Amino acid sequence: MIRNSFLVLITAGMAWILLDAVSGYQSREYLNDLSGYYATSGPEETGAANLVTAVVVTYRGLDTLGEVTILFLTATIIGFMLRTSKRREGSVRRATSEVLVTASNVLIPVIFLIGVYIFLNGHLTPGGGFQGGAVLASAMILWIMSQSGTKVSHSLLEITEAISGFGFVFLGLLGIILAGGFLDNTFLSLGTFGKLISAGAIPVIYSLIGLKVGAELSNIILVMNETQEAEQ
Amino acid sequence: MNLPGIEYLSLGLGIVLFLAGLWGIIHQKNIIKIIISFSVLDTSIHLILVSIGYMRNRTAPIIDSAVSKTDAASQVVDPLPQALVLTAIVIGVGITALMLTYALKLFNEKGTLEIDKFKSLKW
Amino acid sequence: MSYTFIVIIMGIIMLVMAFTAIYHKNLKVAVIASGIISLFASVIYIFLAAPDVAITEAAIGSALTVVIFFYVLNKIRLTDDTK
Repeated sequence: MIRNSFLVLITAGMAWILLDAVSGYQSREYLNDLSGYYATSGPEETGAANLVTAVVVTYRGLDTLGEVTILFLTATIIGFMLRTSKRREGSVRRATSEVLVTASNVLIPVIFLIGVYIFLNGHLTPGGGFQGGAVLASAMILWIMSQSGTKVSHSLLEITEAISGFGFVFLGLLGIILAGGFLDNTFLSLGTFGKLISAGAIPVIYSLIGLKVGAELSNIILVMNETQEAEQ
Repeated sequence: MNLPGIEYLSLGLGIVLFLAGLWGIIHQKNIIKIIISFSVLDTSIHLILVSIGYMRNRTAPIIDSAVSKTDAASQVVDPLPQALVLTAIVIGVGITALMLTYALKLFNEKGTLEIDKFKSLKW
Repeated sequence: MSYTFIVIIMGIIMLVMAFTAIYHKNLKVAVIASGIISLFASVIYIFLAAPDVAITEAAIGSALTVVIFFYVLNKIRLTDDTK
């Protein structure tokens, strides 16, 4: 009883803090200076039609690098913690249903294609590396569920992830040498605004981010799946 | 009838979900339940951030036929909170998976996930 | 203005789902309820003019997270018959 009233007190205090923080909130009429700068000069400077992509890849590119690093660390720690050597002997696999196998044979290539489409067009339409990577990982879930007999190679995922991570940092460093600063995309030609091959290095960098995020999320799923079959 | 705008509604919804998630984290005894409450709290924070970036009668921050390139600053919503939430969602799934891994390890070690039954840290 | 009603209805459903996620005894139901919260939040992001965030939340919050939860729940249920 005392514990519960204490917890209610904590929640009420948090509610008071939050209400105090948002009580003066008014729906804004104008962008503030920083966002106004991104909206006004973003299309000119980066050539990307999607302003969110311009912010994520170039203006706040260092944040994205840190974010990808955090994801890499979590994937590595999960792989390390759930590392399993022994497989349960004689465990009978439940056969995958015919409907799932047939449907996934049709759907997996389409889902992969959608994922690649999303991150290739990240500078023009809604979407980008994170979304495309998540779609690739969901294709991976379907693959693991339907093809329960085949083994997916870990090293392929690791090589994909290593190459794309290296490429991301390498392109960022090229920005220092050839253009204004780290992750500056203007060392490639900005091209025609609104075309697929435009916006300098943004499509390349975002595709690498997409591959990296997709490989990391797939790796987490794969390790989780392997624990299902392993012994305690 | 004068209804509030959707940014106020989603802000209020985000705050209520935040409090619900916080209550779940401090009140529940099962570790899986605590992680579920954490993911509710995570979603609520994203909702609050996105609704702070919203502005009325404006459109998504993408330059196309509806938004002119020169006058974008008066036609689009704030792109900055959206970019931050984008990375926050991806980090959120990594953190949730990490917490679940620790919970699984703890379960293999102790055979239970009720935090009342862990005696080894009590004195 | 019709968006307002949709947001109110979805908000009520999200609050019910939050209650379910926190208090339901069955962990599977709780996990699915938290997935539904993410799914409806992604619809609200569309109304708030944030399509990028909506795609991410729909793919990650309501699909990947739920699948990872289910892998762990399955492993816990295999060895623990009391729950």
